[in-house]
Formats: sequence, structure tokens, C-alpha cells
Amino acid sequence: MAATPTIVADHTQVTPERDIARDLARRAVWVAPAFVAIGAIGWGATGAASAAVALVLVVANFLIGAAIITRAVGISLNALYGAVLFGYLVRLGALAVIAVALKGSGDWFAAVPFAITLLVTHLGLLVWETRHVSASLAFPGLAPQPVQQVTPEENHAK
Amino acid sequence: MLNVLAQTAAGEMVEGLKAIGAGLGYGLAAIGPGIGIGTVVGNAISAMARQPESAGMARTTMFLGIAFTEALALIGFVVFILLLP
Repeated sequence: MAATPTIVADHTQVTPERDIARDLARRAVWVAPAFVAIGAIGWGATGAASAAVALVLVVANFLIGAAIITRAVGISLNALYGAVLFGYLVRLGALAVIAVALKGSGDWFAAVPFAITLLVTHLGLLVWETRHVSASLAFPGLAPQPVQQVTPEENHAK
Repeated sequence: MLNVLAQTAAGEMVEGLKAIGAGLGYGLAAIGPGIGIGTVVGNAISAMARQPESAGMARTTMFLGIAFTEALALIGFVVFILLLP
């Protein structure tokens, strides 16, 4: 009697975090004019510029976080753990350095619209995305894609 | 003259203390999310190791969990940037 082949999924072939990050970036582009307009109305040109910088930082944070996970998953699960935690530290450190640099760069930067936009955009985009994930039970913003099935023989042949 | 110097020194000290407070607050605010992210990723890795076929869903949940946990650190960041002299 032939043994039933065990099906193993190659989990390095799917990149849900990258899809989520791109989806978040797309949504950020949609909401960007509203935040820039609010910054401009409340604080003038400095407010608009600060809100725009905050939006760019939020999107960059999502994209870099996703890229770190995608890259680390291809190495190993242990690498994933280390990469996520050290990536978190590095991203927070980079944010602090950028904030200090922006604050000292001149009069064009307003801290309040920057802070409001950063926090509201980050949380708002996540809540928006989570609603979408819950609605589809699949990868957000995309039609569900079949996971590539790999038999042990094919896996060994790789 | 001495009075002016004392006032200047006091003003600089307040600014310095503000900067120290902002940095300390940001650092302390980052501890909790760090622990949270460790928990999220650890459990996601467990899930992926036990059920590799559901790795896509585990990673989706993990990424969103990390991002939500990171929002707590961003609150500390916002306080930091507002306190920064």
C-alpha cells in the first residue's frame, strides 16, 4: 500500500504582510488630502507640510515593517522573531531621530499637526484595514489566492 | 547681573529637564509594546510551526497585531515630540 503523500504548504510563497502594507499605503493616499487640508486650515502651510511628513512616516513605517517580516520569513522562524523585535527598536529609534531633526530644522515644522496626523492615521488606517480583513476572511484588499501546495518530494527537490 | 544669570540657568535647566523627561517617557512607553510584540510574534511562530498551511492567516494577524501594539509606542512618541524643547 502506497503511503499517502503529506501535503506541506510553502509558507514563504505568500506575502500577506506586504499586501496589507501596500493596501494601507493606498488607503493613506486616499486620506492624505484630508489630513493635509486639516493641517493647512489649522496651522497654515507649516501644518500642511507637517501633516504630509507624518503621513509619509506612517506609510514608510508600515512598508518597512512588512519588508522586514517578508525578508525574515524566507530565512527562518527564529530570524523572524529577532528581525521583528530589532526592527521595532530600529524603527522607533529612527522615528525619534527624525523627530529631533525635524524639530530643529526650522520654523516650517509644527509638532501638533504632525503628532495628531501620525497617531490618527496610524490607528485609523489599521482599523479600516482590520474591518476589511474581517469582512473577507482573506488577504486584505485582494481576492483570496490559493496557497501553493508542495509535496515532500518537490520540497526535497528544491 | 547675578539675578539674570540665575534666571538663565534656571531656564536652561527646565529645558534640559524637559528633554530628559521626554526621552525617559518615550523609552518607558516603548517597553510595554516591546513585550506585547514579543508575545504576538511568539504565538504567531507557534501557530506557523504547528500549522504551516495556515501561515498566511497567522502572518496577517501577526502583522496587524504588531501594528496595533506599535500604536501604544506611538502615543509615547507623540508625547515625546510635544515635550521636546
